[in-house]
Amino acid sequence: MIGQDIRSAYTATIGIECHVQLKTQTKLFSGANNDAREAAPNTLVNHIDFGLPGALPVLNQAAVALACKAALALNTEPQRFSKFDRKHYFYPDLPMGYQITQFDEPIILGGYIDIAVDGETKRIGITRAHLEADAGKSTHPAGANYSLVDLNRAGTPLLEIVSEPVMHSAAEAKAYAHELYLRMRYADVSEANLYYGNMRFDVNVSVSKTNELGTRTETKNLNSFRSIERAVEYEIARQIELLEQGDPIVQETRGWDDNALKTFSQRSKEDAHDYRYMPDPDIPPVLLSDEYVAEIAANMNELPDDFRAKFANIGLDAQTTEDVLADPQIARLVGLVYDDAGAEHAKRVAFWTMQPHSNDSQGNSQLQSENGVKPKEVDEASQVKNLIALSKMVSANQLSSTAAKEVLADMLQSGDAPQSIAEAKNLLQVSDEGAIRAIVQAVLAANPRAVDDVRAGEMKAIGFLVGQVMKESRGKANPALATDLIKQELSL
Amino acid sequence: MSAWKPITQLAADVQAGRTKAVDLVERSLAAIAEHEEYKAIIATLNETAKSRAKVIDEQVANGVKLGRLAGVPFIAKDNFLVFGAETTAASNILRGFTAPYQSTAIERLEAEGAICVAKANLDAFAHGSSTENSDFFTTLNPHDKTRVPGGSSGGSGAAVVLGLAPFALGSDTGGSIRLPASFTGCVGYKPTYGLVSRSGVVAMGSSLDTIGPLAMGVEDAALVLDVMAGKDPLDSTTIAKDPAGYVLPTQALDLTGVTIGVIQEYMTDALSPPIKSEVESAVAKLRAAGAKITQVSLPSLPLGLAVYYVLCPAEVSSNLSRYDGQRYGSFTADAQNLFDSYTRTRETGFGAEAKRRIMVGTYVLSSGYYDAYYKKAQTVRTKIINEFAAVFNKVDYLLGPTAPMTAFKIGENTTDPLQMYLADIMTVSANLAGVPAISIPCGLASGLPVGLQLIAPQHADRKLLQLAQKTEELLS
Repeated sequence: MIGQDIRSAYTATIGIECHVQLKTQTKLFSGANNDAREAAPNTLVNHIDFGLPGALPVLNQAAVALACKAALALNTEPQRFSKFDRKHYFYPDLPMGYQITQFDEPIILGGYIDIAVDGETKRIGITRAHLEADAGKSTHPAGANYSLVDLNRAGTPLLEIVSEPVMHSAAEAKAYAHELYLRMRYADVSEANLYYGNMRFDVNVSVSKTNELGTRTETKNLNSFRSIERAVEYEIARQIELLEQGDPIVQETRGWDDNALKTFSQRSKEDAHDYRYMPDPDIPPVLLSDEYVAEIAANMNELPDDFRAKFANIGLDAQTTEDVLADPQIARLVGLVYDDAGAEHAKRVAFWTMQPHSNDSQGNSQLQSENGVKPKEVDEASQVKNLIALSKMVSANQLSSTAAKEVLADMLQSGDAPQSIAEAKNLLQVSDEGAIRAIVQAVLAANPRAVDDVRAGEMKAIGFLVGQVMKESRGKANPALATDLIKQELSL
Repeated sequence: MSAWKPITQLAADVQAGRTKAVDLVERSLAAIAEHEEYKAIIATLNETAKSRAKVIDEQVANGVKLGRLAGVPFIAKDNFLVFGAETTAASNILRGFTAPYQSTAIERLEAEGAICVAKANLDAFAHGSSTENSDFFTTLNPHDKTRVPGGSSGGSGAAVVLGLAPFALGSDTGGSIRLPASFTGCVGYKPTYGLVSRSGVVAMGSSLDTIGPLAMGVEDAALVLDVMAGKDPLDSTTIAKDPAGYVLPTQALDLTGVTIGVIQEYMTDALSPPIKSEVESAVAKLRAAGAKITQVSLPSLPLGLAVYYVLCPAEVSSNLSRYDGQRYGSFTADAQNLFDSYTRTRETGFGAEAKRRIMVGTYVLSSGYYDAYYKKAQTVRTKIINEFAAVFNKVDYLLGPTAPMTAFKIGENTTDPLQMYLADIMTVSANLAGVPAISIPCGLASGLPVGLQLIAPQHADRKLLQLAQKTEELLS
């Protein structure tokens, strides 16, 4: 093990390439369905994806529009001129013998995103992002004398986003990946489902004791924030250890073993291909007008930073804000509640949707789906109206917070108004003094020891008595009123 | 040799019930059988052609209004995918490949009632000027069986001249329609780049490939072009048709005020004197008919061939990558591993010329050579495009021979690829510039056909066909 003192003598430098799968109906250059998740192998393949003779790629304009949204989400604008190139190599899951990608004139150049690590904000520059078609999937069954190729994924549109090599810790790498993930989701560029590989990360890591960058390795195909963090951490330690032993770093491509929690060598630079890039003559350059870009900008969703600003006004702390942001649909609802009804109600709605952080290893938020308050396909406007109405019922002491949560779950499922749900479930809070006084009297009579404790000055016992009143009233009693009445009855 | 009526008349006869489509198809198939020795044809589509003809005849009997090519047989170069038919591009590597979809050109011809009766021979993957690079056999020139028919669409040219069908389809990447038209003595039309969809045609040099007809007369070629031309959602490089279409007006072009530039770079002393004199006599007739003739120079044209033989192989090496034996076509079953499978499939599946172009193309695209070859060639290509644009500010059309020679002897150039490439020296520039060009018969030199080449600006296809028709009339 390398001690902290040795370690701190080195600076790590990290750059990240991220392949984002775009959420188009069809593939980048063919009309075949783009949703390969549950499809049987080789069922989403047409003559273009199969690389038949005479088949010509036709650019999917929806992918161009999504790349434009991505540009805006990366704080830049798409290039008005970009073009496609062929990248040649032979492999059975690459039917044409070349990948169609953008080599020297990509659709996005520049841009940045801000990340927060340990309360510090840091700006991470984007070098470029380009559109390209994914390859198919090869599997090599153990012991078999054959390999299998599934071309369902061949031709899926990807946006490869390349960061500047300006990150210096595993935490920064993780934060960058997470922020990129949020932005791609909010901009509606990608389903961004990490489990299905909708975003795959390659991390370039080098370490150096001087101002000159060290030899870097590229660890490919990381698909969770935790694995990014761990792979970077591992590579930094591995490289420092090698250098401390006097061994050189080999420039190479490495893989990540999620069980062993180690990176491993895959391919060294000597095996690097000459891809023989050339402009693809089948695809005319992509020319975007200012009007086109303006139209897309005008229809952009609100991005995470817009919500962060809004949630700060609401008074949510940073952690709660990030938890709410984990689900764009929820964040939108909270934002709309704020716009329509103000901070008090927005804050309450935000907390309703909260759960302890439960991002799984893939980074999928399970916040809302777990406790059943994931909004159904009820239209957003009535959802917002109902949430505000529900929150106002709590403010007006018509519902206890426990009862409100019960109404909430039902309301989000059914889309019914909270008032009618509360009535149907008989949850409306009782503020009728006479009715509650009767329950209080009964509770006091049934709990003489607690009454004695209260009289003896043990005020904690009041809480117990209030709880009993709530229980007897099946949650409907207004707890503040119950407390007052207990005190009155006991002449305190 | 050919005795087909003009296509419009054939279709009108079928529509009127005067001629049966079945009989036209039978006649075509009989002619193919009769002239088998010329080896113009790779495969006939007897059954599908006859059943399509039967359907058309039934429709006529039922009073259905049919298309403009009703019942007209045609022959497609074997690099066109025809649904359900074997499509080999005359290569061993595509042997046994049955097309599961078909080319837009075939689709549009069929929609007008035309019937594909056979697939014509070509240089494998259209690489060549003689059909000698066919992996199967060499087609013989109808005028002299010891000579080549030109290439790469040599089977199509020979087929038309032998009267096997009223028209044939070819592809022209560097002259592959015009050269065989010139060598066999028919009309070969290379449209503006993008005017006819490349979808479903085995790609050679994608930025240069064009699709066009070969026929005995300009009128037939113009009609076939009109049917095939126009935007195709399956090919992003396609362009819209001329709103006036390409069917020629009955009124012949008036040459008064028309300026034709004779390309000096093509009329040098190096040109074979009998060809030069045939071209000069055509020029004299055009002048006599009222055209203004000027001598023009496009100084970069002599570089065209060099540029072509960098860019075309580059695209070829890329386009042929898909023939790896993993999904269709021939492959080596007993390979030891993936690399072995690739190398053995491609070693046995590709002929010498395909391999030569793959190697040249791979070389010029390789890291360290890209700038010196590919990029430089692109720069000169742009220069040639600009020179064409500049000269078309001064003249309406360009004129010259189609080729510097008449049909050469089989085997004469096979040992020297550079000599073979010279056959394309006057045709490649039109492909580099994307402009339309046509070769029409222009007399004989020592008993062999000479081709006259006419060239027009991009998108001026209608105008070019009108001049070609007028010239055809003057030369007949």
